[in-house]
Amino acid sequence: MIQRLKPYSLFLAVAIINLVLAFVEPESARLSATNAISFVGEILAVLPPVLVLMGLFDVWVPRQMVEYSIGPGSGLRGALLAMLLGTAAAGPLYAAFPVALSLQQKGARLANIAIFLGTWATIKIPMLLMESSFLGWRFSLVRLALTVPAILLSGILLERWVPAAAIPARSEGR
Amino acid sequence: MSFNVVLFALTLVALGISYWKDRERTRRALQISLRSLLSLTPSLLGMTVVIGLIMALIPPERMVALFRADGPAGFFLISAVGTIATVPAPVAFSLAGSLHELGAGLGALGAFISTLTMVGIVSIPMEIEFLGRRFALLRETVSFVLAVAIGGLMGVILP
Repeated sequence: MIQRLKPYSLFLAVAIINLVLAFVEPESARLSATNAISFVGEILAVLPPVLVLMGLFDVWVPRQMVEYSIGPGSGLRGALLAMLLGTAAAGPLYAAFPVALSLQQKGARLANIAIFLGTWATIKIPMLLMESSFLGWRFSLVRLALTVPAILLSGILLERWVPAAAIPARSEGR
Repeated sequence: MSFNVVLFALTLVALGISYWKDRERTRRALQISLRSLLSLTPSLLGMTVVIGLIMALIPPERMVALFRADGPAGFFLISAVGTIATVPAPVAFSLAGSLHELGAGLGALGAFISTLTMVGIVSIPMEIEFLGRRFALLRETVSFVLAVAIGGLMGVILP
């Protein structure tokens, strides 16, 4: 019983906090609950299709293709391609994790996985447009010019520090 | 919203083509999807309640109002808000706009937007679920350091 509840420990802990909060500060508890529920809705609007696409990717895309384009021997071209993949996608970062795992299982190098995630998180054309309208073009361009090398650097560092065996294998049912 | 419509449409079309080409393979693909959804459920539930609680107790608007003056203290306050908060981009930029009006320098705003987008503390359980503890924690740490460095450099470069 305890073993089966363990994965839910974070959820249960916060649920208990909310319960206590309901007596101390009912307004905050209500807000906390409605926030969580609206967030569940937001996730349900994104994650199921992403996971279906991930499954299709797993069975249809040949390993060779991923390995060749963003695998260990792909060099700078692979890094640029990983960036391009990251900017092309839209949606929240958590939608990128299943995609990243799929790419990794198909032979993408870890540096490119980190580059893909970093780009997905920060570099989006619509986002840059919005940012520059709030804070000016100079601000956006300087931030972009600093962010691109930072993302490449994070890829190099992560590949150096994380052994491939530290990534969970999909066959475990993940 | 339009993004979701496109995403669902794209998925349905891909699923249709896949089913038409190879039924057995499509079944296998859906099994993979369902299995990951099930194994994700605990961390998803955890993530949603944590975000709900954080946003209820310390709404970003209120944290932004804590900002007093431009300087190291303000810079780190803003970076901390960016690290914890999880808000959609439009909200992020309007927050950045109000910080700007409160007198935040461009460096601090650079750190704010960089931490906000690059670091996602609340999605860490989910990242661990997919990519492993070591990768997730190191990636978040490296991203945080780099985001703060980007902000610092922007403060130097931009007048």
